[in-house]
Amino acid sequence: MAEAIGRRETAAAVAYNEEVVRWFMLATVFWGVVAFLMGVVIALQLAYPWLNPGPEYFNFGRLRPVHTSAAIFAFGGNALLGTSLFVVQRTCRASLFGGPGLAAFLFWGYQFFILLAASGYVLGITQSREYAEPEWYADLWLTIIWVTYLVIYLGTIIRRREPHIYVANWFYLAFIVTIAMLHIVNNLAVPVSIFGTKSYSAFSGVQDALTQWWYGHNAVGFFLTAGFLGIMYYFIPKRADRPVYSYRLSIVHFWSLIFLYIWAGPHHLHYTALPEWTQTLGMTFSVMLWMPSWGGMINGLMTLSGAWDKLRTDPVLRFLVVSVGFYGMSTFEGPVMSIRAVNGLSHYTDWTIGHVHSGALGWVAFISFGAVYHLVPRLWNQRELYSLKLVSYHFWISTIGIVLYITSMWISGIMQGLMWRAYDHLGFLQYSFVETVEAMHPFYVVRALGGVLFLIGSLIMVYNVWRTIRGDVSVETREALRQGAVAAPAPAE
Amino acid sequence: MVESSREMPTSSDRNSAPEPATTGHSWDGIEEYNKPLPKWWLYVLYATIVWSIGYYVFYPSWPWANGYLRGVLGYNQRVELEQTMVAAREAQGALLASIDAAELPEIQADPDLRTFAVAGGKTAFADNCAPCHGPGGGGQVGYPSLADDDWIWGGSLEEIHQTLLYGVRFGHDESRISEMPAFGAMLERAEINAVAEYVLSLSGQDHDAAMVEEGSAVFADNCAACHGEKGDGIRELGAPSLADSIWLYGGDKNSIVRQVTQPRHGVMPAWIDRLDPVTIKMLTVYVHSLGGGE
Repeated sequence: MAEAIGRRETAAAVAYNEEVVRWFMLATVFWGVVAFLMGVVIALQLAYPWLNPGPEYFNFGRLRPVHTSAAIFAFGGNALLGTSLFVVQRTCRASLFGGPGLAAFLFWGYQFFILLAASGYVLGITQSREYAEPEWYADLWLTIIWVTYLVIYLGTIIRRREPHIYVANWFYLAFIVTIAMLHIVNNLAVPVSIFGTKSYSAFSGVQDALTQWWYGHNAVGFFLTAGFLGIMYYFIPKRADRPVYSYRLSIVHFWSLIFLYIWAGPHHLHYTALPEWTQTLGMTFSVMLWMPSWGGMINGLMTLSGAWDKLRTDPVLRFLVVSVGFYGMSTFEGPVMSIRAVNGLSHYTDWTIGHVHSGALGWVAFISFGAVYHLVPRLWNQRELYSLKLVSYHFWISTIGIVLYITSMWISGIMQGLMWRAYDHLGFLQYSFVETVEAMHPFYVVRALGGVLFLIGSLIMVYNVWRTIRGDVSVETREALRQGAVAAPAPAE
Repeated sequence: MVESSREMPTSSDRNSAPEPATTGHSWDGIEEYNKPLPKWWLYVLYATIVWSIGYYVFYPSWPWANGYLRGVLGYNQRVELEQTMVAAREAQGALLASIDAAELPEIQADPDLRTFAVAGGKTAFADNCAPCHGPGGGGQVGYPSLADDDWIWGGSLEEIHQTLLYGVRFGHDESRISEMPAFGAMLERAEINAVAEYVLSLSGQDHDAAMVEEGSAVFADNCAACHGEKGDGIRELGAPSLADSIWLYGGDKNSIVRQVTQPRHGVMPAWIDRLDPVTIKMLTVYVHSLGGGE
């Protein structure tokens, strides 16, 4: 540590690396559109099977992992990497460890991983592990990239010029460390040949299933929850210009979240070959996870106290705050669905898909949009976004899209589950599988429509970001700035 | 704490009460209060922990020296599944046994047995037959409708049962077999054209009247042996009627020419090796009930 102190810059101004954050923000926007477009395509393929064209490269089975990986790792990943590198520099008052070269390697290496993974999917190269489809060569490459990320992040924290580590960094660090562990263990495999793409997992049978869902659920827990709570803890107090509600709550909910989440995976395997006692533990730890998850919501929402009126005038803050609302909803729904009896109805149905998307669209995407809208003017040295009105349009169109998506999947999923278990009075199953599929068709169409709205919203964001970077300011935004309705960003340091 | 670059105070500054103290740290302008944990939050957290511990008392939970803690209820999913299945079988047991013992006409005559068989047949049909014959047995191109009175192999209970048991062209010793020759290699194109026009005339469709005479002669020489003099089909041979508006592979000119030239033949599995006898009986009664039973 003494050495680290010795290396600290003495100048008041720190030369932050914003170049790499700019790249990550552009990649976030780009991959977001790709992820939403892929989602719309596969939603339509489910609603209209003839949209699965001849060549196998573009059928549902191959495009679905392109969609999930694009959403989680490309869109979400770039948002996390970009914001974390911005936040860690600002809240530590230190430039990135390893300098611009290592940061550039991280950026391009991560994009290369995304291309490696996606190209494998369409060519049929897959491990068939949920959210971990890339084969061994891509996994090894990601391991190198992830360790680089950890080194940069940790190195920056170590040479911080603040006495304490800000809460956002705890969450980001928990995300980086845990994802490294999950990625390595879940992907333990033996390649058939050093020259071939195929590998065989180190696990088999029910142990394999448990490993996959230990990974799968904690990808949700540490990638999509802990990481994005890092975003929340910086951008909400910053945007609202209010102190965080409770330091004490942040400590308690951080540690309880970290401790409990890692156990919750077995709730994906209720009523399977997984022993009952393992199911019970997964279920009870999921239920106990409810309040630790809500701690983040409380800290996010209560930070707004005294500043709620800003929601009226600042659509960027609206994105951030509503995302926390969706977070609260999903993290209540999750524990409910983990209860064995509820899961007996919900599992394998569209209810699960609806649940995932209230988290993915409402929480992950919305908080990312908020962060992008907050950062872009600051990173490109503009006073404010090109148009706050367009942010508002984006917000409402996307919100309607989410509502259509999740309500249609709730109805469809619960209907599907009830149809599967419906018996007539003589004790015969009342519906065949294909009848349930037929009954779900209208909801598939509504879901696709919700996805289209979400995609349209993201294209509005692309336009707004592009005009902002060009330095344009719309008339209404200029007026809003003049009246002080929105807080102008601090001048670029 | 407040960024100095702000041009005007926002409303939040105007209505702020005396602010409680923060922790004293500031990161990039962000400060933190240190409010106590919300009471309801803490109590609900405790409640979920207590509930979980209670659950461990009743249900299998933690790994232990003897394998794992069993819980006082002795809950076991495999046992539960088995018990549910046994109960379901017992609930239907008497009626299933009656169907097993009864002949098809007896089932048909007994209202209780018939109702039960139709319900059971409907479920079995949806899982096993609907993929080809369509939900409700409406059929599709190449797969005959079972809901009309146009039967290729017969529509009595006994005949339907026979078809279900052994299938069509399935390779079982008892399978129903018929095979229409490929006339493309045996007849001139003009002859095929003429006989197609004649076949169109049999079902009263638009046709070229000038060719009917030639077509009729071709039909008598080549087709009547199986499809009958008037083209109304012979069930014993599995030769469908050509004199109605129900077609297996399409009734327009092109489809007829195609079928005469290079016939297609469907296959139906023998269900005797796939389903239990009671289910096949129930399927028979169900198919018979669809509208065309004889």
